Amino acid sequence: MRNLLAGIAAGLLLSLAGPAAAQGSGSVRLPAADSFIPATTSGRLLLTGGVSMFEGASGGGLVPWATIGGYGTRDEIGATAFGTFIPLRDYRATSYGALVGFYNRVELSYARAEFNTQRVGGDLGLGNNFTFGQDVFGVKVRLFGDLVLDQDTLLPQVAIGAQYRENNRGEVVRAVGARRDSDWDFYVSATKLFLDQSLLVNGTLRATRANEFGFLGFGGSRNDDYQIMPEVSVAYLVNRNLAVGAEYRRRPLNLDVSTSRDAFDIFAAYALSKNVSVTLAYVDLGEIVAAAAPRSQRGAYISLNIGF
Amino acid sequence: MIHKMILGAVVALAAAAIVPVSAQQATVVYPTVSSPRVLEDFGGVEGIRALMEDFERELIASPATRPFFANRDNTALKARLVEQVCQILGGGCSYTGRTMAESHAGMGVTEAQFYALVEALQAAMDRRRIPFTSQNRLLAVLAPMHRDIIAR
Repeated sequence: MRNLLAGIAAGLLLSLAGPAAAQGSGSVRLPAADSFIPATTSGRLLLTGGVSMFEGASGGGLVPWATIGGYGTRDEIGATAFGTFIPLRDYRATSYGALVGFYNRVELSYARAEFNTQRVGGDLGLGNNFTFGQDVFGVKVRLFGDLVLDQDTLLPQVAIGAQYRENNRGEVVRAVGARRDSDWDFYVSATKLFLDQSLLVNGTLRATRANEFGFLGFGGSRNDDYQIMPEVSVAYLVNRNLAVGAEYRRRPLNLDVSTSRDAFDIFAAYALSKNVSVTLAYVDLGEIVAAAAPRSQRGAYISLNIGF
Repeated sequence: MIHKMILGAVVALAAAAIVPVSAQQATVVYPTVSSPRVLEDFGGVEGIRALMEDFERELIASPATRPFFANRDNTALKARLVEQVCQILGGGCSYTGRTMAESHAGMGVTEAQFYALVEALQAAMDRRRIPFTSQNRLLAVLAPMHRDIIAR
C-alpha cells in the first residue's frame, strides 16, 4: 500500500512538473505517434472540466463528477491546483491540492483537507483549534461518453473513481468510535451536459465508510459496512464564464456522535480564463458532532483554481 | 388489368431509375432547432451570412484553426456553412455540400482544433450579440459532428 501511494504521488509530481516546465517555454511536446499532431494544451471548452472539489477530484464543491480535470483533450495533459476555504458557524475547513488529467481519460488527484474545531475543540478537551487532517489520494477513469460532444444521445459521460484517505488523528477518531483512520471510497459518476438547455446534471453513487467526510475516520459502532450514498449536482450555464448550481451529498451515520446525513450547497463558479476560476458557495453540512456544536454547520465556500 | 400491371411496372421502373439520381444529389439533413426565436436571435438568413464573415475572421485569427482557413478562398465554404446553419435553425435552406465525413477526410483534425473552431464560432456569435442560450441551441446540433470531423 505504501509503495502504491508513493508511486502515485511520484507520478503526480512528475506529471505536474513536466507540463508546467514546458508551459513556460511556450509549447508542450506530447508523446504522439503522429508528428503532425500539434502539441497543445487547454483544448477543451471553458468550465467543462468542472472545478476541484474539496477532496481534490474534479467536479463541483462537494461532489466528484465524471469529468477529467483540467482542459486536456484526448491528445493533451491538463492540471490544476486549488485552495478552498470553508468557514462554518463553529468550525473552519480548509483544503488544498492538485490534480492531473491525462488525455481526458485518467485523473490523479491529491488533497490535504483540514477541519479546525476552533473553540469546540477546547470544550471537548482537545484544545482550541484542534485540527483533524486527512490526505486524500484520488484516481478517476472516464469509461465512456463525452459530456460536451455527445449532444445527440442521452448517454452521459461516465467515470469510476477511488479515494484513499489517511486521517492524521487516529487516536482521537478511534476514541470517538471510528474503527479505522484510513480507508478507501469508491464511486461511479455520470455527468450529462444538456447543451441545448445550457444545463449540466451529475449523479454520483459513492461506496463509503467515512464519518463526517473522513474527518472523524471510517466505520463505527453503529455501522462498519460500506454503504452506497447518493450525490447530485445541477448547474446552469449563465454564459461561457459563469455556472450557477446546487449540490447534495449524503453521508452515513456510523458513529454514535453523528446525527446529520445531508450536506447541501448553492454555488457560482466563474472562470476568468482557462487558467483561473473562482467558486463561491453557500454550504450547509448539517450537524457535525451535535453534542458539542448543536446546530447546522452553515457557511461560505470559497475556492480558487489555477491550471490549464 | 394487364395494362394496369404494365403501367405499374413502368412507373416502378421509372421511379427506380430516378431514385439513384436524386440520391446522388440528396442533401444532408441535420436536426432542426424548433424554436423560431433562435433564428430571430441569429438575425435570420442575413444574420447568418454576416456571422460567417465574422467566423472566417476568427478562424484565421486563431492559431489552431489558421492553417485550415488562411490563404485560401473560403467563399464556397461560407456559402455551404450558411446553408447548413440556416437549415438547422429552420430558415428554409438546404445544405448542398458534402457530408462532414467526406469534407474532412484526411485532414487529421484533432479534438483541440475542433474545439478551437467551436471557440471561433462562439467568439463570432458573441460579436453578433447572439444570446448565449441560442448559441448553445446551434452548438448542440453541431457538436455530434465531432465523430466525422475529429481524426481519431
